[in-house]
Amino acid sequence: MKINKVKTGIIAAAVGMASLISTPTVMAADAQYIGSLVYRTGPYAPGGIPWADGFADYINLLNERDGGINGVKLNLEECDTAYNTDKGVECYERLKNNGPTGMPAVMPLSTGITYALLDRVVADKIPLITSGYGRADAADGTIFPYVFVPPATYWGGADIAINYMASEEGGYDNLKGKKIALVYHDSAYGKEPIKTLEALAGKHGFELSLFPVPHPGLEQKATWLKIGRQLRPDYVLMYGWGVMNATAIKEAAAVNFPREKFIGIWWSGNDVDMVPAGKAAVGYKSLQFNGVGADFDVHKMIKQVLYANGKGSADSEAGIGEVAYNRGLQSAVLLTEALQGAMNEFGNKPVTGEQVQWALDRLDIDEARLKAIGAEGLFDPIKLSCADHLGKGRAKITQWDGTQWKAITDWIQPNNEMLDVMYKESAAAYAKEKGITPRACN
Amino acid sequence: MRLERDVIYIILASLLLMVAIPWMAGTLSEDIFFEWPFFFEVAIGGLLSGVMYSLVALGFVLIFKASGVFNFAQGAMVLFSALTLVGLNEMGLPMWLSVIVTLLVMLVLAIAIERVVLRSLVNQEHIILFMATIGIAYFLDGFGQTIWGSEVKNLDIGFSQEPGFYFDGLILINDFDLIAAVIAGILVIVLALFFQYTRIGRALRAVADDHQAALSVGIPLKHIWVIVWAVAGIVALVAGIMWGSKLGVQFSLALIALKALPVLILGGFTSVPGAIIGGLLIGAGEKLAEVFIAPMIGGGIEDWFAYMLALAFLVFRPQGLFGEKIIERV
Repeated sequence: MKINKVKTGIIAAAVGMASLISTPTVMAADAQYIGSLVYRTGPYAPGGIPWADGFADYINLLNERDGGINGVKLNLEECDTAYNTDKGVECYERLKNNGPTGMPAVMPLSTGITYALLDRVVADKIPLITSGYGRADAADGTIFPYVFVPPATYWGGADIAINYMASEEGGYDNLKGKKIALVYHDSAYGKEPIKTLEALAGKHGFELSLFPVPHPGLEQKATWLKIGRQLRPDYVLMYGWGVMNATAIKEAAAVNFPREKFIGIWWSGNDVDMVPAGKAAVGYKSLQFNGVGADFDVHKMIKQVLYANGKGSADSEAGIGEVAYNRGLQSAVLLTEALQGAMNEFGNKPVTGEQVQWALDRLDIDEARLKAIGAEGLFDPIKLSCADHLGKGRAKITQWDGTQWKAITDWIQPNNEMLDVMYKESAAAYAKEKGITPRACN
Repeated sequence: MRLERDVIYIILASLLLMVAIPWMAGTLSEDIFFEWPFFFEVAIGGLLSGVMYSLVALGFVLIFKASGVFNFAQGAMVLFSALTLVGLNEMGLPMWLSVIVTLLVMLVLAIAIERVVLRSLVNQEHIILFMATIGIAYFLDGFGQTIWGSEVKNLDIGFSQEPGFYFDGLILINDFDLIAAVIAGILVIVLALFFQYTRIGRALRAVADDHQAALSVGIPLKHIWVIVWAVAGIVALVAGIMWGSKLGVQFSLALIALKALPVLILGGFTSVPGAIIGGLLIGAGEKLAEVFIAPMIGGGIEDWFAYMLALAFLVFRPQGLFGEKIIERV
């Protein structure tokens, strides 16, 4: 029985320690609280860690260099979702009332968690910011007042990819009769671009073939035999995630499909996806809604202020400038600019979610502001309004050269004329289903 | 191993169906592209994938044979061994030395599992042992990443991953898959000889039947468990090297256990040859289904079809193709 007592003690101690590890924050009454949903653990941690580091580094930079925002210190607390919807909702519920004014906004980093929070954020008056994921139709701010989707949507991404393919072929007219395959994660996320691609196929006359890949996508031999040996498409577009990305690139190489004709959405274009694919990834292309590289002023500032003083979030500077890291930075810039907008309007003190929503409705991060931040060229300017919760929705095409991503185009504008109609139709259907009265935006 | 007549009939019937259904689908549906070279390309690709599944399934079979317990931690052991190998290699150890040190680590792990977890569970219900392996799985997943980090690591063992064209360029076969099949084949032969012709192999089978009876005739249960977990660790390392060089060494490696489950259901939990035949049937079956059936129903059926195929076999052989028939007097 003595041994059993020892074992019980060890287990109790372990549980106690685990609960301590999950709450590393120090609450401060006069600081602006920021709750951050991240995934530093679980199967997708390799992509989640650099994002979390980029986000935390920018918040810490503002604290260390500027003393926070408008003199208000920032108090960051992370909650690890492990990219799991249940845990994501739990994290949101746990963090939403923390700090003097609660969580000012939530960035769930997962389409699944986004869908689970859609109703809750409206009830809690907490803005939901989904950069490059989530519901594309939330671009319509009249129906989704608390959801913001800058800088790009999945639908816009599909349009940009086809736009790029058309430019490679010498114009949209030359897409007629071409074969384009979509390889997608068989989930709500992966299916997002299908409607847009079908509309574009009808408009430009290309033949669209769909290849769903069941989660997690460890084995895709059959899919790629169909693509590479049977269909032989002119282009392949991929909406993949996690291990599916590297596996797809390797299988593309195994059937000799040219990587230069293989284009992934931004979630199929992380540095960590390229590492296991090795030489097979050379020439592969990916859309990015942020710039690539680590040579921007904001990176230099982070190295100088944080890493030189042992205050960086990552173990080393090596990950600075990775695609996912830059995305974390971009999300932090978006949020802190909204916080500053809210403080400018409502006073230099911690602000509420409702006040941040007011600021997001008027968010304007122009070239001059990006230059001041040190991110000119790294991010596309963003201007939102009450009705437009997306902005321009632009992205670049980048290519993997074996060691790093290189931008091979400037920002590409999606066909917002067509997409706006689709966003509005879909949002109107959502409003009807939920009984939402669109708000007036003048 | 003596093949029972109904097992031979079932295998022959399934092979016949694997040829007939794609051919009929190609003949009847315009959506299905069927040509014999393409059919063989898919079938061979599937068989070679199946060998990779068998590599993982072998580890499950070993533990099940020794303790009658489904080892939930096998996928985690694959991840842990691969992480350790690459981690040591990144620290500057040459690959051959990293392999040896990793083997030693897996041996130490086996001893630790026996000492800390299994020793106090002798003669407990199998479900208790199963639950213990769930604990081991979560521990290894977390511990491995704590030591070696969560980032994706590249494992290049130098084998070509380029496509190879055979039969006058008509059939494409990946060279890496061929090499993996040869390695898995060698591993299976060694394991089969080990279990068939060594004292440890016979003792192991006795332990699987009844812990207490085995103990009463002087079989050292503790040693047997250490040996079998160590051998399962070696199999996990081989699987980790092959799958890790295919997918990269990352957390997702632990999920390849999912690919081994239908193999075990089909082949039986207690048979090494069953894991191989099961792997081949599942690999070929799922690939042929994905290419020649899936287009008619929307695609993406590969994963669940493997389980459906395995369950279909259970209708005819509830113990799996090569599983031991259990008869209990009541």
